[in-house]
Amino acid sequence: MRTAALLIVTVLALWQGIIWLAGMPHFLLPSPLAVAEALWVNRTEITRHAGFTLAEVVLGFLLGSALGAALAVAMGFSDRLTGVLRPILTFSQTIPVFALAPILTLWLGFGMAPKVAMTVLIVFFPVASAFLDGLSRTPQPALDLAQVMGASRVRTMRVLRIPAALPQLATGLRLAAVYAPIGAVIGEWVGGARGLGALMIHANGRMKTDLVFAALLVLSVMTVIFARLVALALARAWRRYGV
Amino acid sequence: MSGVAASVRGRAWVGEEALFAPVDLELRAGDWTCLLGPSGVGKSTILRLIAGLETGARFEGEVERDRPVALMAQDAGLIGWLDVLGNVTLGARLRGEAPDLARADALIEAVGLADRAHHRPENLSGGQRQRVALARTLFEDRALILLDEPFSALDARTRAQMQDLSARLLAGRTVLLVTHDPAEAARLGDRILLLRETGISEWPLPSTRPEGAARPYDAPEVLALQTDLMRGMMA
Repeated sequence: MRTAALLIVTVLALWQGIIWLAGMPHFLLPSPLAVAEALWVNRTEITRHAGFTLAEVVLGFLLGSALGAALAVAMGFSDRLTGVLRPILTFSQTIPVFALAPILTLWLGFGMAPKVAMTVLIVFFPVASAFLDGLSRTPQPALDLAQVMGASRVRTMRVLRIPAALPQLATGLRLAAVYAPIGAVIGEWVGGARGLGALMIHANGRMKTDLVFAALLVLSVMTVIFARLVALALARAWRRYGV
Repeated sequence: MSGVAASVRGRAWVGEEALFAPVDLELRAGDWTCLLGPSGVGKSTILRLIAGLETGARFEGEVERDRPVALMAQDAGLIGWLDVLGNVTLGARLRGEAPDLARADALIEAVGLADRAHHRPENLSGGQRQRVALARTLFEDRALILLDEPFSALDARTRAQMQDLSARLLAGRTVLLVTHDPAEAARLGDRILLLRETGISEWPLPSTRPEGAARPYDAPEVLALQTDLMRGMMA
């Protein structure tokens, strides 16, 4: 913890020092002090925008995770479905989400929907992929037992395969929590006037680089806290479940 | 105590390679049949055929069985997030039935784990895990029990104890015990079938096994039988 604090202070000092020594113009690289000032002066506006972004992130994360997990379970039931869907899923991930953002905005308008959709697109793949990986690795002895005991496929899924795959699901969810804000911010860049992404684009257009940095800082801190909360919630759930 | 509980007739291949020569095997109701042989001759394949499980081999022939089975294997197959009681009653859970907890408790006590009913498998020794597997097998209450090298991974003393316990608790049931250990076959078999690359042959036994018990591991005739079986496997 102390090392981290020391590192941050050193980086900030170097940053401020370079600006003083090289005489960088303010609109190219604002000083840490200027960023801090922009953060304070625009705190109301930043908080308002951060609220929108956070809502999109949480909504997109929940929807995307549910979708990804449901897809993984469906694929876990059927090798044939997996054979059909896996290449499609992989193909879908080769499309840069950047390219999709304008189309989604065109389809879904300038409100919250396209941002949530972007987040869903980013979140569902790591969740589905990790969970499916776990579902297809149930230990064979347990599956043999289930078959001999006369378990149906649905019960085997519910009682054995899903619980056994929960650690992998957790890995997917933790990863998704870190990526989720990227989806929301890309959506905000492309269309609409609300959210940290939109704030950044507008500030950038008006050469208010210090405000861009301030918004970026808030986004990063928000992401770290969100990812941490998701990890903590999972750890808690696991302890209760005992996986 | 007569009649055939299950039978396997046919041959199996893995790829183009024959796994075993044509076999003709019958499990007599009420008997412990030991299928003895070295690794890789298809003992487990025969057991899995009877259980109705995927074998990874191509089988041509017929498998018959007139009663439901319970399975116990070398890997106890315990579920890590369930305690001993949860593992013993797994079958009921998997069939969507309400488990008979009183019976499960009695079985856990019978295998000597009454004080560990709420422990997770990670806190149990290898021998204790197989005790849980035995209780789970008994909880299924099936007439035909398939044992696939259940004691192979245990140390000699624990193995002998588990053999005694299983012989006692599984008395009266039809059992197929797959093993590569001649000493185990000598202790537990009512019939011993030797499976080699050339096929199955039944080994004559000098005496009948005492009801509900394993033969003593140190009796001269058991040791002699064990040596004989070893010679048979080497031949």
